[in-house]
Amino acid sequence: MWERALRRAGLPLAYTEGFSPRPQLSFGLALPTGCESLAEYLDVVLDRHRPETAGIEVEALPGRLSDLLPAGIEVEAAAPIERRAGSLQQEVTSCSWSMDIAGISRDELEAQVRTLLAAPVVPIVRERKGREEHDDLRPSVLALAVEGHRVPAGRNTMAEGRRPIGVVAELATRPRGVRPIELVRGLVAASGGPAGDGSLGDAHGRGTAAGTPVLDRARRTQQWIEREGIREEPLRRRGEPTGTHRAAHALERAS
Amino acid sequence: MESLWPRVEALLSQVTKPARYIGGELGAQMPEHGPGSVAWLLVYPDTYEIGLPNQGLQILYEILNERGDAVAERAYAPWVDMEAAMRAAGLPLFSLESHLPARAFDVLAFNLSAELVYTNVLNLIDLSEVPLHGADRTADDPIVVAGGHCAFNPEPLADFVDCFVLGDGEEAIGEINEVLAASKAAPAAGPAGGTDRAADIRQARLRALARLPGVYVPGCYAADYGPGPAPARAAPGRAQQRLVATTPRYAEVPARVEKRTIADLGRWPYPKQQLVPLIEVVHDRLNVELFRGCTRGCRFCQAGMVTRPVRERPGDQVRTMVGDGLARTGYDEVALTSLSSADYSGIEETVTSIIEDPSCSGQVSVSLPSLRVDAFTVGTAAQIQRVRRTGLTFAPEAGTWRMRQVINKLIREEDLYAAVDAAFSQGWKRVKLYFLIGLPTETDEDTLGIVELAKQCVAIGRRYHKGVTVTASVGGFVPKVQTPFQWFGQNTIEELTRKIHLLRDAARPVRGLTVRWHDPKATAAEGIVSRGDRRMGGVIEQVWRRGGTFQEWTEHFDLRLWTEALADHGMSLEDAVYRHRSEDEALPWDHLSAGLHRDFLWQDWLDALAEHGLADCRWTPCYDCGACTGFGIEHVVASAVPPAGGSQGTGQDLSSGGRVPVRFLTTAPSGAVPAHGPDRRGEVGVGGGKG
Repeated sequence: MWERALRRAGLPLAYTEGFSPRPQLSFGLALPTGCESLAEYLDVVLDRHRPETAGIEVEALPGRLSDLLPAGIEVEAAAPIERRAGSLQQEVTSCSWSMDIAGISRDELEAQVRTLLAAPVVPIVRERKGREEHDDLRPSVLALAVEGHRVPAGRNTMAEGRRPIGVVAELATRPRGVRPIELVRGLVAASGGPAGDGSLGDAHGRGTAAGTPVLDRARRTQQWIEREGIREEPLRRRGEPTGTHRAAHALERAS
Repeated sequence: MESLWPRVEALLSQVTKPARYIGGELGAQMPEHGPGSVAWLLVYPDTYEIGLPNQGLQILYEILNERGDAVAERAYAPWVDMEAAMRAAGLPLFSLESHLPARAFDVLAFNLSAELVYTNVLNLIDLSEVPLHGADRTADDPIVVAGGHCAFNPEPLADFVDCFVLGDGEEAIGEINEVLAASKAAPAAGPAGGTDRAADIRQARLRALARLPGVYVPGCYAADYGPGPAPARAAPGRAQQRLVATTPRYAEVPARVEKRTIADLGRWPYPKQQLVPLIEVVHDRLNVELFRGCTRGCRFCQAGMVTRPVRERPGDQVRTMVGDGLARTGYDEVALTSLSSADYSGIEETVTSIIEDPSCSGQVSVSLPSLRVDAFTVGTAAQIQRVRRTGLTFAPEAGTWRMRQVINKLIREEDLYAAVDAAFSQGWKRVKLYFLIGLPTETDEDTLGIVELAKQCVAIGRRYHKGVTVTASVGGFVPKVQTPFQWFGQNTIEELTRKIHLLRDAARPVRGLTVRWHDPKATAAEGIVSRGDRRMGGVIEQVWRRGGTFQEWTEHFDLRLWTEALADHGMSLEDAVYRHRSEDEALPWDHLSAGLHRDFLWQDWLDALAEHGLADCRWTPCYDCGACTGFGIEHVVASAVPPAGGSQGTGQDLSSGGRVPVRFLTTAPSGAVPAHGPDRRGEVGVGGGKG
């Protein structure tokens, strides 16, 4: 989808060498299926040998690309960068999430959150490459809180007047990322429930037992790169000051 | 009716590949429904990934949406997990564009590409909350229409589908729409009274459709059965009823329904806005149709037989469609499609002009899906795929020259080896070869010939690279209707299995050679439906009721469902699949025509048994199969210059004459050129051969 949109925009893309040339695109962290996001990033390499490259209007790119992408995908910002030492994926250290949790009362959820934050270890079982792995979730939970009485946006499929409760979290991406659904399972595990899978509930979000949190919706709100105690997003948003990171010679070069 | 989107969205977190159900593709249209429009739901009865690229559906989608009196949306078969969730939530089949329920549409139109999707068709009708049997539907229910190659034997679906379209749908669909629009505006008057009136309106509608050329309404025809000779292997004591005839019930419907053929492909430059999916699908590239029809006359090939005569798209139009299509979609690969793309006259200049088009900046790959076995063509292929190399595929189909004459695929061993040599020498390392087993008159020598051919190809490849691979992909032959082999009894599962073991054992010691094969049980199931009559409907229904959807998928296919259903209906594999049909036997598709004279087919069957091959009729004298003469159309070619390499691309002179009269059509604005015409403007010599 990205390749096609970039080609439709007529951008002078750089291609890989070899048997099967592809545009040089580098995607950031994968977004788990079913999650929404306000913060996705993509590195695009342009061909420096093409004359058009030097004259690209970077400020106009977000508008141009948004028009060429499917409904619901908007490009907010673009900026030229130096070639990264590692990949974008490797640089990101944590993500902020906004989640809607259902199937549980506010009081019970707040209690479960407190329990998780106080626990020295939060065990969960995850499947990796066909094998079961036992991990500790606690070190990856950098922040977690039940939101004030925010009414979740969007449709409400909850029966019985049980509306989802908003939760915000910051989850580390190293050594291995934590997905929102795994966090919910962690809440269950920390409060004495089973460490395995199965907390999606049925279509109406009813938990499998009374008071079991169920993930209704998850939205990634930011990605963070933390260096020397300071967190920064990979790119400033549209409308914010561009800062001094934009060097004169900074258009990405193909090797 | 209202959009079901909120209820659909609620299910998406529970299913695999939820993007199959959201729509929003580039090229998707958002038509406005209204009382003055006939609403069509175009349904491909397989998963989204398989159905989305289907060109036929996309062509009709655009044609309908361009009309002021029609709107069209799309649906594909929900996967089993989504279907279970939908049924549990009481959600019916919905369209992808507006997420409207199927009942919001006036027509449900199915594309029938393969027999094993028939149970999906039933499932989708049921999921649409439409009565499964046509006889139970009223004027308030959508009309169920179907088209595609399988429509040439539609009888197994006669209970479930109201009306079939035979042949090209471009014009027929407009005519059907007009009938339905008129019926919607002013329903036919009939005797007063509730449900009778609704039934009458529906009857009147169907009878009006049955009068359209190329449209077959099974309800307007009666199938009569009578005692027949007990088949040799039938259960003792069970009299087997045979089809006697399928005849019209009303005076105004034709005794024989003739297929539709559009004369000038240049007038139908579709799709103009090919759908670009959000997720991965098969054939994920720009597709431009070069021509319809085929003149090779391969005797096993239904597609080639029923789409005659050849109608080529003019070269300029191909170039424009490619250029506009690439710019609009952002694809970097274009496939020039047809049944035998290298046969397109002027193929080299068309391909060259695409590659050299400056707006493509040298990053576009062109693929020709059906390659002729010819070193010359491989040279072209090397040029076009310099950007990206996929594997090369050839289809010798049979292992010995004798066998290839029987099936009329006139490729000599030397031609195959020369092509393979050219491929390997130009850098390809993988070659795939397609073969059929279970062909008429096949002996074990023919079967083993497959391994001999493939082995030799590996040896040729080894001269250039150490690690070459040749994959021989072997399918079981299913005799198809409207071909000369339609009388042939299919090989049994046991026989096909035995041949596969022969091949496997012979191939095992050969390094670099892999043999793949299609499950013989699936081949048998395909054969059950392929030549069945109306009584097969009960069998299909039972297979569906017992959970037999997605039978094209290996993880869901279950032969036992089919054999049990056959037995429960007093039928057997012996009778339905393995039996040779006799010359005087009534065939369930005798009342439908693909333009080929039955005499021609029977004679061609005899020629096959005599191992007599017939050359390509595009450039050499005609065999009077009936396709061109019957329709008053001739082969339409884009250029007067035949492809190099002579007939069949083999350089052989199989014909006795070489001069073909050519004249330019004054009436076709597209500039298409018919070959073979009465010699009005003088002759132009083309091709080789004696003058």
